Amino acid sequence: MWTLSPAELAVVLLSLKVAACCVLVLVLPAIGMAWLLARKQFWGHALVDALVHLPMVLPPVVLGYMLLVLLGRRGWIGAWLYEQFHIQLTFHWWGAVIASVVMAFPLMVRAIRQALMQVNPLLEQAAHTLGATPVKTFFTITLPLSYHGVLTGGILAFSRSLGEFGATITFAGNLEGETRTLPLAIYSLTQSPEGDAAALRLVVLSVLVSVAALLVSQWLERRLVRSQR
Amino acid sequence: MFSVDIQIHQPYAAGQRFDLQAKFTLPPGRCLGIMGASGSGKTTLLHAIAGLVTPASGVIRSDDQPWFDARQSIALPPWQRPVGLVFQDGRLFPHMTVEQNLRYGMPVTEGKIRLQSVVDVLEISALLQRKPGQLSGGEKQRVAIGRALLRQPAVLLMDEPLSGLDDQLKQQVLPYIKQVIASFGLPTLYVSHVGEEVAEIADEVLMLAHGALRQPV
Repeated sequence: MWTLSPAELAVVLLSLKVAACCVLVLVLPAIGMAWLLARKQFWGHALVDALVHLPMVLPPVVLGYMLLVLLGRRGWIGAWLYEQFHIQLTFHWWGAVIASVVMAFPLMVRAIRQALMQVNPLLEQAAHTLGATPVKTFFTITLPLSYHGVLTGGILAFSRSLGEFGATITFAGNLEGETRTLPLAIYSLTQSPEGDAAALRLVVLSVLVSVAALLVSQWLERRLVRSQR
Repeated sequence: MFSVDIQIHQPYAAGQRFDLQAKFTLPPGRCLGIMGASGSGKTTLLHAIAGLVTPASGVIRSDDQPWFDARQSIALPPWQRPVGLVFQDGRLFPHMTVEQNLRYGMPVTEGKIRLQSVVDVLEISALLQRKPGQLSGGEKQRVAIGRALLRQPAVLLMDEPLSGLDDQLKQQVLPYIKQVIASFGLPTLYVSHVGEEVAEIADEVLMLAHGALRQPV
């Protein structure tokens, strides 16, 4: 009963792959945006802040549809991508990554921004007097003192991606083996008359994967705290 | 020779301005003490020398190199000015070991002031692998002084380095500061609101009051 069928294993691996790629794609832009919002005052700051947070308040389906209009095969950017490079994001697992990225971006930015705002600016000033340029100061003082925020943001993004449904199904589609992640697979099974037992197995699996992700993140956090003490 | 001749205008409240004038020269190995009540502008003066505050006019010069010259529009950013600024609160980097803190400001090419000699003078060799969180107040301040020295500064600036310590710790750290000034021969500016402390350390003492430096009465 508790050995995974090849189909179930494929679903789990796909979900983990999409979530991991989502975090990897997000890290640098999220750090950049968090720094911009935490440390810089510029014209349009409030607007950029609102746009970043938009995915948190919009229904995921709406975002999925917007992505479709932009990046779909016949979308504004999607059509060009297809003509020039034969890149098609819909019905491709990268489409699922992009849907997750858009949904998780504000979560990661918020976590890192909070951490950046807690870094004592007087330490950065001290680094300047010790000959560190602003870039060196950022990478040796500010960012290392914000690692817990990057870690928290990464965990939030990973979890958000594991649970992502609306934007993924609308934009990337529900294609078995390609974009059918755990939530989509559960949904598909509940739509078929004899799918209940199989759906339940995936639900249990989903809980196990999430708990494992949480445990790993707690372990990472403890290690980080210990290394900075 | 390190020379300062500046005027600072700092806005501090709506429509209000804080004015400060300072003029002095410091030969190598000489320690000038500046005494003044809190709010008299002692820290602002040190920050202006370090490049953290921009004076309105005047010149700051280290030997032949101008760090700041309002007329010629020269104002080096803080990271291009070799100053050894010791802050009141130490400001050690909490995520680095003592040794990493000490090495942080060291130039790539080895300077005159060696890590080993700093560690010996300040007696911090047993602390090198510790994190700042594991140090006492006095130890932190000794490491902060060492870190400032290893920057190979042209001038050493001490901003009330003892004020965060209780009397017993002050008496422990004070001899180290004297030893540092005697050993490394840097022009030093020592700022404090405690008269006896400045008198004990500095070769000459000036008062900072009402925005200007004067001889003490």
